[in-house]
Amino acid sequence: MNRLAYFGLAFIVLLVLVALFAPWIATHDVGAIDLLARYKGPSAEHWLGTDATGRDVFSRVVFGARISLEVGLVVVTVSAAVGTLIGALAGFYGGWIDRVVSGYVVNVFLAFPGLLLAIAMVAFLGAGLGKLILALCVIGWVGYARVMRGQVLKVREYDFVQAARALGARDWRILLFHVLPNAVQPLIVQASLGMAGAVLSEASLSFLGLGVPPPAPSWGVMLEEARDLATLQRAPHAMLAPGIAIALTVLAFNFLGDGLREYLDPRQRKR
Amino acid sequence: MKRKLLDIARRLLILLLVVWTVVSLVTILIELVPGDPATAILGDQATPEALAQFRQKHGLDRPAFFFSYTADEEGGPRSFKWNGADNRYVDYWRGILRGDMGNSFRTDRPVRELILSRYGATIQLALAALLVAVAIAVPLGVVAGTNRGNLLDNTLSVVALVGISLPSFVIGPLLIYVFAVWLGWLDPSGRFGWSSIILPAVTLGAALSALLTRMVRSSVIEEMSEDYVRTARAKGLNERTVVYKHVLKNGLIPVVTVLGLQLGVLLAGAIITEKIFNWPGIGLLLVEEGINKRDYRLVQGCVLVISVTYILANTLTDLLYRRLDPRIRVS
Repeated sequence: MNRLAYFGLAFIVLLVLVALFAPWIATHDVGAIDLLARYKGPSAEHWLGTDATGRDVFSRVVFGARISLEVGLVVVTVSAAVGTLIGALAGFYGGWIDRVVSGYVVNVFLAFPGLLLAIAMVAFLGAGLGKLILALCVIGWVGYARVMRGQVLKVREYDFVQAARALGARDWRILLFHVLPNAVQPLIVQASLGMAGAVLSEASLSFLGLGVPPPAPSWGVMLEEARDLATLQRAPHAMLAPGIAIALTVLAFNFLGDGLREYLDPRQRKR
Repeated sequence: MKRKLLDIARRLLILLLVVWTVVSLVTILIELVPGDPATAILGDQATPEALAQFRQKHGLDRPAFFFSYTADEEGGPRSFKWNGADNRYVDYWRGILRGDMGNSFRTDRPVRELILSRYGATIQLALAALLVAVAIAVPLGVVAGTNRGNLLDNTLSVVALVGISLPSFVIGPLLIYVFAVWLGWLDPSGRFGWSSIILPAVTLGAALSALLTRMVRSSVIEEMSEDYVRTARAKGLNERTVVYKHVLKNGLIPVVTVLGLQLGVLLAGAIITEKIFNWPGIGLLLVEEGINKRDYRLVQGCVLVISVTYILANTLTDLLYRRLDPRIRVS
């Protein structure tokens, strides 16, 4: 893997640790409003300053990592599982299921802005963490299904699959033990890029007021709360801190995904 | 020729299929609203008469779909019921085919009118963003591609990756801070003079320009190894002419496709950018008037129009691309 991918990996490990140990790392209560300490700059007391209601920005960014990773992890796990299953079935059996999945569903989903579908779903369902995750899964699984289908189509023609079949292995055994391990590499890449996408989508929807409702310390919510002119003038750090957190997280997962892709597919390695 | 027509027919079929799906989704999504839309709009204090009148006016008292599986009275046994063509799904389709998207739940004005009054501002923003992206990406991509592998190229590549990863709601407030609050050069939001489009357009175009820079770079690198480049150099053309007249001409073909596809992405992304800058486009209409005020009819219309514009932009690009690059028509 290249150096950028290692940077990505290191940052992700750090982020996971921060999320896990958030209560010990945070210096203040995330919801504690202190109207006497509004718009404070960074100091020994408030490492990243305070926001418009005097809440500690550092503590909120730390707890925000939890929300981002939680959403990302659930969305990627669920959509990867669903997508893999459907993609594998479509690739392995072909026939009508393949025609529906690759002919219709993928075409339709690709012809439609995913974020808009998520926005529409949450708009009708009402805002909330669970609904946000549901909406992101609905738009997320298609990518995995497409990758998996392509992999299965390729792998199922290999000799060892034919051999397993000749030995009388059942379909599920072939899929699970022979096809899947050989098809899993692009899925890992897709999952890493999917984490970046999910973190970004969560922040976008929360920013629009459609995700995690305030006062939860979601990075998207923090940005939305800190972007009015009064706060920008007096406490730009309240906007910069969550902004940089989002950017670095997305960047780290993208670096890792790109690095993995190059590493796993030697044809794409830079000469 | 026959094959080409078949191909276009296939594209159009997919187009119709997608539009059908979008309209169906938008119609059915309203059924997901928890509770009752009428109560959500009029509030808990509304009289039963007012609620009934509201439902009747917007067709909410009619069955939702061709069939329903509900109880006739509260708590009664659920039963399967066939409603025939007399349902809201068909109503919505009939309206759309006449260009009627219903009336706003809040203001009672036709949704079509509301959307048309905002549509131009969004298209203007998307096109401006496209322009910004091309203006940034082409020179940077060429510089990176012709300096392949050296420090300049690597720096530009990292900058491009960072640009792709920076969401508009980070870039936007940052630009407002620098250019409106700190330097005081531009308006922080709104749509007043010509200059108020600069910040939104840069915000919306930034991610695209980063993506395009990468594309132009790899496209230039690929074309530089072609025979015609050697010929051009051999006949004594200077490097500048070779790059800008020969390489770029061929290298931009794949970029054009991405541009078209990205026009759709820009339209969807405009929702967030419009909110940041209070740009009075269809995205702001969707978020502020539609979603925040739970005007479901308006949300339906906005989602529909944004999606259809997106789909049309994609299809047109696809067809245009086939014309531009003869190799695709053959294969």
